[in-house]
Amino acid sequence: MKSPRIMKACTLVAAIGLGTTLAACSSAATDAGSAPANAAAGQDASSPAGTTPPTTDAASTDSSADASTESSTEGAGDGAGSSPAASSPAASNPNVLDPNTKVTLNVVGLLPGSKPDAIKALADEVAQFQKENPNITVKTHDYEWKATTFAADLAGGTLPTVFEIPFTDGKTLIANEQIADMQPYLDQLAYAKEFNKNVLQYGQGPNGDVYAIPAKSVYGVGLHYNRELFTQAGLDPDKPPTSWDEVRAAAKAIAGKTGQAGFAQMSQNGTGGWQLTVDTYARGGRVETNDGDKATATVNNDQTKAALQFLHDLRWTDNSMGANFNYDWGSINQAFAAGKVGMYTSGQDVYTSLVQTNNIDPKSYGLTMIPLQGADSGVLGGGTMAAVTATASSDEKAAAIKWIDFHYLRKYTDQTAAVALAKIQLASKQPVGTPELPIFSEQQYETYKSWIAPLVNVPLDQMTGFTDKILDATLVNEPAVATQDVYAALEPVVQAVLTNKDANIDALLNDANSKAQRAIDAASR
Amino acid sequence: MGAARTLTPPADLEAVATADRPARAGGAGRRSGPLTWVRRGGLSTLVFALPLLVVFGFFSWWPIVRAVVMSFQRTNLVKPATWVGWDNFRYVLTDPDLPVAIRNTAYFALLALVIGFPIPLLLAVLMSSVRRAKGLYSVLAYLPVVVPPVVAVLLWKFFYDGSADGVFNTILGWVGLGPYAWLSSPSLAMPSLVLEATWAAAGGTVIIYLAALIGVPGEVYDAAEVDGAGLWHKVWHVTMPQLRGVLFITFILQIIGTVQVFIEPFLFTGGGPANATQTILLMIYQYAFGRSLGGDYGAATALSVMLAAVLAVLSVLYFRLTASWSKT
Repeated sequence: MKSPRIMKACTLVAAIGLGTTLAACSSAATDAGSAPANAAAGQDASSPAGTTPPTTDAASTDSSADASTESSTEGAGDGAGSSPAASSPAASNPNVLDPNTKVTLNVVGLLPGSKPDAIKALADEVAQFQKENPNITVKTHDYEWKATTFAADLAGGTLPTVFEIPFTDGKTLIANEQIADMQPYLDQLAYAKEFNKNVLQYGQGPNGDVYAIPAKSVYGVGLHYNRELFTQAGLDPDKPPTSWDEVRAAAKAIAGKTGQAGFAQMSQNGTGGWQLTVDTYARGGRVETNDGDKATATVNNDQTKAALQFLHDLRWTDNSMGANFNYDWGSINQAFAAGKVGMYTSGQDVYTSLVQTNNIDPKSYGLTMIPLQGADSGVLGGGTMAAVTATASSDEKAAAIKWIDFHYLRKYTDQTAAVALAKIQLASKQPVGTPELPIFSEQQYETYKSWIAPLVNVPLDQMTGFTDKILDATLVNEPAVATQDVYAALEPVVQAVLTNKDANIDALLNDANSKAQRAIDAASR
Repeated sequence: MGAARTLTPPADLEAVATADRPARAGGAGRRSGPLTWVRRGGLSTLVFALPLLVVFGFFSWWPIVRAVVMSFQRTNLVKPATWVGWDNFRYVLTDPDLPVAIRNTAYFALLALVIGFPIPLLLAVLMSSVRRAKGLYSVLAYLPVVVPPVVAVLLWKFFYDGSADGVFNTILGWVGLGPYAWLSSPSLAMPSLVLEATWAAAGGTVIIYLAALIGVPGEVYDAAEVDGAGLWHKVWHVTMPQLRGVLFITFILQIIGTVQVFIEPFLFTGGGPANATQTILLMIYQYAFGRSLGGDYGAATALSVMLAAVLAVLSVLYFRLTASWSKT
């Protein structure tokens, strides 16, 4: 369980449950999906996306409603025409926080159960922020994005004012008016127009306004492996597997020589369907296709079958997957950090939480590309956005943008901030430099990396199998419609293959396909 | 002793009721106004009952009413709800997972009955015949009930580790059994849950049976003994008839309780592997909270309402059918 990052993954999926806005969401997502995210930029000319709709000083206290109305009239067709007001937020602009107004801001903090060092690093960061903004008091709340608790917190109104959501949840939350329009506030940031548009689009409303802001953990799924188990099994930890056959052989070797699970697979709480989708993409298949606003479940495809057959072979022919088949995002991290798992697939940035919550030995960690085989194969990708509750006051929103800037984004565009933040992390032995995908441009990300290079304390040379190749790989978005339901339909199939030797893959997938289709249809009911 | 004490409250209630009756009869002659009502203690009665009414109303009855209303609506709890008639019920009834969940729930209830019903009874009979350190046995039996359910489940999850060095597998390995996959096996998962649930709940039932057993007068056993009854005969002909009323209630409570099983499948397996432990309550939960974007509260409440209706009908039927033998 974990964090927001998980979410990213699993969740991205999510998004679509309600479907309302799906139309926009699904088409945008699909377009983006087939293009490498980093290439991204405005491939979709008609999308008002990145364009920055004007801020107006006219916005009243209830800026969310007003601002959104305005930009929808003005911003939609005329992307470039951001109004002059945007560039010069006057002191009288109600969207800019008056330094004399005292604001208490509730924000999400670390994963529950984080190590004291991580807690101290966050406290230092908050102190730094409050020094810079003496009128704002920041209160951090432990937070772990999970589909189940998020829905309850959302319905109950108990989320912190600033919270994190996966890319795929943005469109629906916007349609349901559950998150605030942050465009007028975002415009106060110097880099507001420099976001990677493919990343930004997940948080944009139908009028082009940015509601949820890409914040962190933009990831592709990678293959994580334990270098020590590789060595013990007589494998070269510097030459990780590059094909599924090699993964299988390595898993068999590890299980045989060390007694630990050579390869493990998540299969609980939505992660089973998510990971099967990852495996499907890596072989060139898709679990859902979108044609306009009509989505069709395609989970009974040959690539998904191959992925399941692969798991079946490892589990029942080679017996190289250990004895635990109940892993979810958090428990597989735990088992991996404890040296019980040779290889598994998860988001590329999982290293950060392996350190923060699982005490991993950095020497044992290795990251490489998930094997890509077949035409159309790609890496499933996603990320995390920061959002503000719809009920936040304009003062809170104005304070929120400052925190979002300070905590998540400024480091990517400001050398001083990048170094200062990295130093805080470093002082508390927190990971600095865990590889991510660019939220801004690729060059910007390279520049950022060069700023913090001297402070990096994560074993980047053990991750080159991934970092050297990911920017050239095709990133594929998660299924756009009824994502979580599609995953939920696939999950029992993964569990059946892992726990029942005689599982009939074809029949299970046909069954799952009709369930997924039913959920997709229901999403628009 | 114990039995005598449990009888007292009803007696008291009756006294209150009868005391009240003449008072009201007297008032009727005089056209009782609000003042008389107050003077006769109506106000203080109300004030005393008020906290109860408010708490029950606010936390029990109102949510029930809301749930029934919501089962006919589509809502995300943010935007105004829309009425959809029987849509939610139709949706739930055509869910391919529903038959699976019903089957699993029935299986759980059955296993819980087979394992969970006789064990506490047996324990209680044994404990009541122990002469020394009775308190110690009661404490031991009741201890699992004191352990918070979540802690208990996490503990057992650890016991159920499917590898050869898991706790249960190690123990069974000493006698040459296993290793078993426990929670990772579609066929063993449900019995594993029942085992834990029985362990966790038995203590409470044992205490109830013990209390009832203590109420059985020793003379009856003495008389039976004089008549030449052995242990088995004493249990069957003396103990069981005395426990009939209690057994009758715990039986229906157990059915209602086990049909609503949630914590075990939720925490142990999340309904897996491959839906082997998917239960009705888990389905309700997944409808409502399984998706991060606000669940299908309409479908969740529709299924809840149907489950409540079925259980209510079942209870009424049970009481009707057993009306004759519940009277001791």
